[in-house]
Order: sequence, then C-alpha cells, then structure tokens
Amino acid sequence: MIEPTSTDKRKRGAKPSLDEARLRQQAIGVKLRQMFDDVVSEPVPDEFLDILRRADDKSTAGKD
Amino acid sequence: MSETETAPSAKRVTTEAEDKAFKRELVALIPHLRAFARTLAGDPASADDLAQDAMLKAWDARASYQMGTNMKAWTFMILRNQFYSERRRSWRQTQLDQEAAERTLVATDDPSSPLALDEMRLGLAMLPPEQREALILVGAGGFAYEEAAEICRCAVGTVKSRVSRARRALQGILDDGSYDRDGRSAGEAMTSIMADAERLSSPR
Repeated sequence: MIEPTSTDKRKRGAKPSLDEARLRQQAIGVKLRQMFDDVVSEPVPDEFLDILRRADDKSTAGKD
Repeated sequence: MSETETAPSAKRVTTEAEDKAFKRELVALIPHLRAFARTLAGDPASADDLAQDAMLKAWDARASYQMGTNMKAWTFMILRNQFYSERRRSWRQTQLDQEAAERTLVATDDPSSPLALDEMRLGLAMLPPEQREALILVGAGGFAYEEAAEICRCAVGTVKSRVSRARRALQGILDDGSYDRDGRSAGEAMTSIMADAERLSSPR
C-alpha cells in the first residue's frame, strides 16, 4: 500500500498558512492602530493650546 | 521659492464665529496630528515641533478651508507638506533623521509595553517612507484609500499598492526578517538596531 504522504501534507500545510497569514495581517493591523492610538490618547502638551491662543489673539487684534 | 506662502491671493476674511468653530475642530485634531507627526519625524520632540507648525499653518490658512469638509485630511496634508518641505530644505539632515528615528523608536519605548509592539516599531522604521506613510494613514489613521491619496498627492491605485506592499513587507520582517531593502536584509538591519538598543539601554 502506497501512502501519498508528502504531497498530502504539503497540501494540508498550504491552506492553514493562508488563514494564518490573514490572522497575522489582522494582528499587524491591531498593533498598528494601538501604536497610533497610544499617542492620540496622550495628554496634549499645554504648549499647543498656548501657541494657538496667541495666534488667535493676534488675528482678533488685527481685525479691529 | 516660497512665493505661495507669502502671497495669498484674494484672502477671504473669516468671521469670529467661523474662527471659533474652526479652532474647536482644530484643537480636537491635535492628538491626531501629534500621532501622525510621530510616525514621520520619529523622535517625539521634533514630532511635536512639526505638529505645532502644522497646527499654526492650518490656523493661518483657515480662510481657505471649507467648513464641513474633511478637516482631518486637510490638516494631515498640511503636516505632511510641512515635513517634506523642511526635509528638502535640509536634505543632508535626512540621513540623520532616519538614523535618529530608528534609534528613538527604540530608545523612547515604554519598557512595559509588549515586545510585539517594539518589533512593530522596528518593522515600520525599516519600511520605505512612502510605504510606511500609506500604511499608517490607512491602517492606523482610519483614512479611506481616496483620502490617503489626497493627503499624499498620488493616485488611489498607488496608495493601494503601497499599503499592500507595506503589509507584506511588515509581515516578512515580523516573521523572520526575510524582508530585503537595498540588498540589505531586514534581519541584518534588525540585528544592528537591536544592538544599538542594547547599547543604549545597558547600564554602565
């Protein structure tokens, strides 16, 4: 009796690896968003608002 | 060279109410501008400088912004332009920036964050800039391909192919360092980055 082991294995191996690739892509996506969101959720340094307020004051003053 | 910056033709005057609404929306976008800047500039300090410059530029250009359109995409475009025009001005700094970015991505890492995230940062640092940018805009920034294309001033198809190449490359890097750039294997790049990281973090 001849068993078609090697090709069989390879075939079986090919399919899960496709799913696995998809899963890994999803994991990459999750990590990528996490990285970005980590910075988004940091408190904004006061400097930003100060700069904007100064710019706003200047433009308001320029209007009258 | 920067004639466009100094000669705003037919400048519309904004009302106080418009300014107020604009400012509110702009302030809400600051965290996102900071995050995007961090992915471009690498080290947090110059990233914040970049985000602040972009914020001011957006404020100054508020008359040309149409309320109700996508302000996030608009400000990201300003930030990106700012980044690349600064780079062009000092192209010699580009190399340094890249090295600094790779080092800082490691050096500023929160030691408590999972290793997988560190690998992710290293992997991103190894991507060609245009691929990294496209992947971040679409994969993390939540932009549609069309919006990302507008931000990067390229065709939608270009963004799509950059994103998919970036995904494949990242997966290669994260899997086994098989990704190759300019004939230098990512495995090698990773090893040298890791060596730097160890050198930086080792107690003396």
